Amino acid sequence: MGQHIVKTPDIGEGIAEVELVAWHVKVGDMVTEDQLLADVMTDKATVEIPSPVAGKVMSLGGEVGKQIAVGSELIRIEVEGAGNAKDVDSLPSRGTAGVGASQTTDSQVVAARSPHPNPPPAGEGTKAAAVVSNARTAPPRAAPPAMRAEGEKPIASPAVRKRAWELGIELQFVHGSGPAGRIVHEDLDVYLASRGQPMTAKGAGYAQRHEEQAIPIIGLRRKIAQKMQEAKRRIPHFSYVEEIDVTELEALRAKLNAKYGAERGKLTLLPLLARAVVLAVREFPQMNARFDDDAGVVTRYGAVHLGMATQTDSGLMVPVLRHAEAQDPWGFAGEVTRLADAARSGKATRDELSGSTITISSLGPLGGIVTTPVINYPEVAIIGVNRIVERPMFQGGNIVARKLMNLSSSFDHRVVDGVDAAEFIQAIRALLETPAMLFVE
Amino acid sequence: MKTQSTTLLVIGGGPAGYVAAIRAGQLGVPTVLVEGAALGGTCLNIGCIPSKALIHAADEFEKARHWSNSSAIGIHVDAPRIDLAQTVKWKDGIVSRLTGGVGALLKKNGAQVIAGWATIVDGKTVDVRTPGGDTVRVTCEHLLLATGSTPVELPGLPFGGMVISSTEALAPKTLPRRLVVVGAGYIGLELGTAYRKLGAEVTVVESADRVLPAYDEDLAKPVLTALKKLGVVLHLGCSVQGVSDGGVRVRTAMADEFALPADQVLVAVGRRPRTEGFALESLGLDMAGRAVKVDEQCRTSMRNVWAIGDVTGEPMLAHRGMAQGEMVAEIVAGKRRKFAPAAMPAVCFTDPEVVVVGLSPSQAEAAGMDCISASFPFSANGRAMSIESTDGFVRVVARRDNHLIVGWQAVGRAVSELSAAFSQLIEMGARLEDVGGTIHAHPTLGEAVQEAALRALGHALHI
Ligand SMILES: Cc1cc2nc3c(=O)[nH]c(=O)nc-3n(C[C@H](O)[C@H](O)[C@H](O)COP(=O)(O)OP(=O)(O)OC[C@H]3O[C@@H](n4cnc5c(N)ncnc54)[C@H](O)[C@@H]3O)c2cc1C
Repeated sequence: MGQHIVKTPDIGEGIAEVELVAWHVKVGDMVTEDQLLADVMTDKATVEIPSPVAGKVMSLGGEVGKQIAVGSELIRIEVEGAGNAKDVDSLPSRGTAGVGASQTTDSQVVAARSPHPNPPPAGEGTKAAAVVSNARTAPPRAAPPAMRAEGEKPIASPAVRKRAWELGIELQFVHGSGPAGRIVHEDLDVYLASRGQPMTAKGAGYAQRHEEQAIPIIGLRRKIAQKMQEAKRRIPHFSYVEEIDVTELEALRAKLNAKYGAERGKLTLLPLLARAVVLAVREFPQMNARFDDDAGVVTRYGAVHLGMATQTDSGLMVPVLRHAEAQDPWGFAGEVTRLADAARSGKATRDELSGSTITISSLGPLGGIVTTPVINYPEVAIIGVNRIVERPMFQGGNIVARKLMNLSSSFDHRVVDGVDAAEFIQAIRALLETPAMLFVE
Repeated sequence: MKTQSTTLLVIGGGPAGYVAAIRAGQLGVPTVLVEGAALGGTCLNIGCIPSKALIHAADEFEKARHWSNSSAIGIHVDAPRIDLAQTVKWKDGIVSRLTGGVGALLKKNGAQVIAGWATIVDGKTVDVRTPGGDTVRVTCEHLLLATGSTPVELPGLPFGGMVISSTEALAPKTLPRRLVVVGAGYIGLELGTAYRKLGAEVTVVESADRVLPAYDEDLAKPVLTALKKLGVVLHLGCSVQGVSDGGVRVRTAMADEFALPADQVLVAVGRRPRTEGFALESLGLDMAGRAVKVDEQCRTSMRNVWAIGDVTGEPMLAHRGMAQGEMVAEIVAGKRRKFAPAAMPAVCFTDPEVVVVGLSPSQAEAAGMDCISASFPFSANGRAMSIESTDGFVRVVARRDNHLIVGWQAVGRAVSELSAAFSQLIEMGARLEDVGGTIHAHPTLGEAVQEAALRALGHALHI
């Protein structure tokens, strides 16, 4: 067994450095000749790097987002025969080298995790925004499958074994990343993440969500961000205003309040709008996010922690309604009242004032026709509510009275494009104009 | 007839059964434990603990005797003498402290103990005959068999009279002048050595051609040397045919017979699972030879009937039974468990002691592994010299490709205490480099552990 080192190719045009945009293989994967290994990016273009040899991936030359010099080691592959690497002997060979079909009964697991012998279809995954994990909280990337020979025992400490059995995991199928192929706790985490955790089956209401996805701002996106920042260093906002017909919504709200108001409390428009936002960010997860521009990472959240810009005596405060996605409109309304009171009386806790992922700003009846709300840093979107006005409209050639309301929303143009913003607001609009959709899960 | 019901019913209060009951009690499982003799089972009453106590007493006595002749370290005593009755009383004191402790622990954790002999009615019902002559019928959801083992009898040498088992050997009234030990396994050699040190003339008859046939030859050799030095007479490759006037008849491999004079004959040719005498056969469980067959969760072939400890066969060791007991209690309490240790340590308290954990070089080879092994002799260890005990060595076996340690063996004075380190290193999946890179206190026998690993890596420092 030898080792073959693939170096970052000279892409020409005097380029000394490229940015790693995507890995298409993982350590432990078996690769075939010509299989796509990685995408790197220059100022001008994304370049795909295929494998010159067949073998097993031993190490990767860096994380996505890293700038690497042309000619430096990109990837190391274990190959039959000598390979091109010197000093191979000094590297301990891995215990899990026994490659091949582990005779498994858990075919489902293996099928889901088997190394892809063929290159992944072109364009798989968004190259510009390759998904990697957030090292702090999110589960790391799926590791390659266990590659143990038939009868070979998985190695793991008693604590790891105990945890695995408690979780019902057969260690035979878990890749060991520790020395001598030892399975460590992190390997179990990876395995669990990759086989997908069951949704918590809760009886009533909407389930909370906790997953996070960190999207490094790299490649094209990084370039856009840099340019946007340059162009609009002070105010990288853009605003988008749309008119929404809330006649149906208001009729529904009146009915709900007439029927349930006494026992559940009266609904204002805000809880219904909040529900629309919760549903819309499922389609547009990039809006429910925070942008760490120092690190160049946008983190998208499964949870919707809704900031609510609230006027208080001492000025604007933004209490945060956590897990709005798990609240029905009445629960939401109750929380809003509680939080607004807490904020106004100065009793809101630090937790209740931080950690929002998207914000609604409402001036209530004073809401004007159009506003340009300022984004609640480090979020990337804010939705401003304007006043509801009754206006004559044409409908089927007749003039009818309709209730209309504008939504004025701002977005961080470094990471959100105009089209996406418009589509997002249109999604909210569609929900508010057909309010039954708000209650469908 | 009195009846009562419980969730878990444990038959047998040895280390396997009492640990299961304690753990089940901790987990809030209603538990009843039935013991027909004494809590603590073989281990506490007539096995591990009393044998180690007797061995210790014999060691101390023999040390004193050694000093009455000549002593390199300059200690001199007058001819020492031993009061065997006092020794046995002291040993019994240890046993009763420990068995009392087991009773207290069971109580503290809410497990109920019924004294009496259990007879199985069906997989969920057991009748217990109490010492008072009453019968209590206990019904349960889970039945746990922990009935242990009994010494194997030889056809020509039934126990009784001058023929004794380890049980009697651990409670001597007087010291036999001439003791013949049949069987050179660990129990025979442990007790034979102790008796020799106490002053008896000891002859060991073993049908295999070496001592400790279950251990590899390198490990057995220092024990053989020490036995000879101690004056134990060995007849290897010989078998005892039966008792004769004032002794036993022995047949050699060549079929010659000779007589061996003896005042007492200790038969220590092994133990077998206790599967008779309590209607176990009525359950019709699958068996593995003489043992109850269990899977990796200690389930028998009948639902909610479990078996642990010696009754499940080899290796018959107290710590194995305890680990199984703990596991079954947890499974019954609803936890997910599996019995899959990376290695099962075994210690032989001969002089020198022998420890094996994991695979020997030849076992590794037989398992198809490409391994390296290296040993470090105590003759190069400062601590061993300072305790006048330089015989023996520590050996490590590791995979050649990734240096994962798969086995440890040691022979030498006090090496039983190294077993903890050996087991942990294997369970944790340590590599030679992990041991080589761990600082071991100086001067200790443990340094030989590090040196063995370094030697396997090709760079031992002190040899
Ligand atoms: C001399 C000697 C030295 C030993 N030294 C060591 C050592 O150094 N290290 C080591 O690990 N092991 C040693 N062993 C082995 C160790 O003692 C056994 O492995 C251990 O005791 C097995 O535990 P157990 O719980 O399975 O069974 P046991 O300890 O045999 O306990 C079984 C219990 O069940 C009871 N019982 C059985 N049937 C019934 C019934 N129907 N109703 C009621 N009660 C019943 C018995 O009375 C007994 O108390 C030694 C054994 C001997 C004999």
